[in-house]
Amino acid sequence: MSLDVDIEHARDNFRLAARFTSQPGLTALFGRSGSGKTTLVDIVGGLIKPQRGRIVVDGQTLVDTERRVFVPKHRRRLGYVFQDSRLFPHLNVRQNLLYGRWFARHFDGTSSDFASVIELLGLGPLLDRRPDSLSGGEKQRVAIGRALLAHPRLLLMDEPLASLDEARRAEILPYIERLRDHAGVPILYVSHSVTEVARLATTVVILTEGKVTAVGPVLDILPLADAGDAGSVLDAVVARHDETYQLTALASAAGELQVPRLAAPVGAPVRAYIRARDVMLSLKAPEEISALNVLAGRVAQVTPNSNGAQADIRLDCNGAILMARLTAKSVERLALAPGRPVYAVIKSVSFERS
Amino acid sequence: MTPEEWTAVRLSLLVAVTATAASLPFGVAMAWLLARGRFWGKSLLDTVVHLPLIMPPVVTGYLLLLSFGRQGPIGAFLDSTFGIVFSFRWTGAALACAVMGFPLMVRAIRLSIEAVDHRLESAAGTLGANPAWVFATITLPLCLPGVIAGAILCFAKSMGEFGATITFVSNIPGETQTLPSAIYTLTQVPGGDAGALRLTAISVAISMAALLGSELLARRIGARGISGRVAT
Repeated sequence: MSLDVDIEHARDNFRLAARFTSQPGLTALFGRSGSGKTTLVDIVGGLIKPQRGRIVVDGQTLVDTERRVFVPKHRRRLGYVFQDSRLFPHLNVRQNLLYGRWFARHFDGTSSDFASVIELLGLGPLLDRRPDSLSGGEKQRVAIGRALLAHPRLLLMDEPLASLDEARRAEILPYIERLRDHAGVPILYVSHSVTEVARLATTVVILTEGKVTAVGPVLDILPLADAGDAGSVLDAVVARHDETYQLTALASAAGELQVPRLAAPVGAPVRAYIRARDVMLSLKAPEEISALNVLAGRVAQVTPNSNGAQADIRLDCNGAILMARLTAKSVERLALAPGRPVYAVIKSVSFERS
Repeated sequence: MTPEEWTAVRLSLLVAVTATAASLPFGVAMAWLLARGRFWGKSLLDTVVHLPLIMPPVVTGYLLLLSFGRQGPIGAFLDSTFGIVFSFRWTGAALACAVMGFPLMVRAIRLSIEAVDHRLESAAGTLGANPAWVFATITLPLCLPGVIAGAILCFAKSMGEFGATITFVSNIPGETQTLPSAIYTLTQVPGGDAGALRLTAISVAISMAALLGSELLARRIGARGISGRVAT
């Protein structure tokens, strides 16, 4: 499966000019609110007609303004999961789920099996309920199932977790991971949350004020994101558990990390997200400090923030990228410049299992 | 009740039911067009649909007579092509009632279509439903209470229509004499008061029954969970 997007669209005082190619897996469209993410997904989904450009899915041209091609949304075979789940209030869960499947019956027989989608999303107990009796998280799971059962070539998800609280989000995230790994349908996923993107994305497309500013694998691209809680992602595996102190040691390219006990078996792959403001830098190997995690590396780049009070330091820790956010004063005091060896002290790590 | 009075009641019911049933598909289509359509001349169409509501009924009836009468362009065409005659027939009374009730019907249905969340319709589109299917499976079920309200309004208007009917198809007992025409006739003759009063009571009873019936229907649909809200 491939998705090629090259479009331009202007409305009011906003101009969207986006060009990217997405890979299999989950492609995250990441950016602040107002950066044009939803508009871009709406254009791919056929809800908005772009003023100029081309969209090609799997070799089929959906939009080509030069050749006057515009495939209407009901013939695109793209599943769309909206931020507000948009379940049909007059139909029960089963009828909602089967709605799209009926229209997809003409297509080749590989249609997602009802039973396996119910199983994947845990929808069994909900089938006879009405949408208004479901919780927010349950509604989103039904909406995901409904889109999947329409037999899409590509699943579009527009901030599917944004309207949910933290607990409901934690409830849905594993389902989206299973979808990414097992459903075989590529996903274009809109989000403004770094942690969501860090946990879910294979590829990241960063949108800034209507323009694509970076595209690439999540480990390389996410550290470049200009976000309030910027940070970096480390791929690691569970090395061992320390039962005495209830800790888990993780092996990553950057070195070993010790974190609160994870409920994952030894050898399990884990994705660690480290926020830039949780990283301190030291020129000497720190001794007698409480922090357990100290990684050695070199400064790769120093990027002052727009107001000049802070700077984002990109470190190269044995090939892995680590971001640290420091005050401009600290940068000057430590004379941080590319090439300088430093020790990164990590105060806390948030873990996303993958 | 005299046989003539019964005839008037039966005829009125026939005219009102026919007018409502025949105009309902057009009313739903027009309401959808006005609620969701984007085309040149929409406000002009809106005005034309509302004309019977604001014009004197006698004027509407006279215009119907001019166009749908045997000598009128549309009436002559329908007569020679399909053998359909409106003038001085009960079908003409039904046409007059349908025209007079149309704006009320369209207005009620249009409001309920506008209340259906457009986002649900686009969600149905992304699931593969073409616009006709979206209308049949999403829009129509969700605006059904409005459709029922519009039909009841049209029915009630038809039961009471007087000016346009009497101008277009006159007041022929057994053919075009509906309840209001019969009441009017009875009030014009000495000793007709008792009959007029009986027919008035029947008229009130039918109107109330229609209203109650629509309320019950709307409530049953409401209990099935149909409403214009989005499930978020």
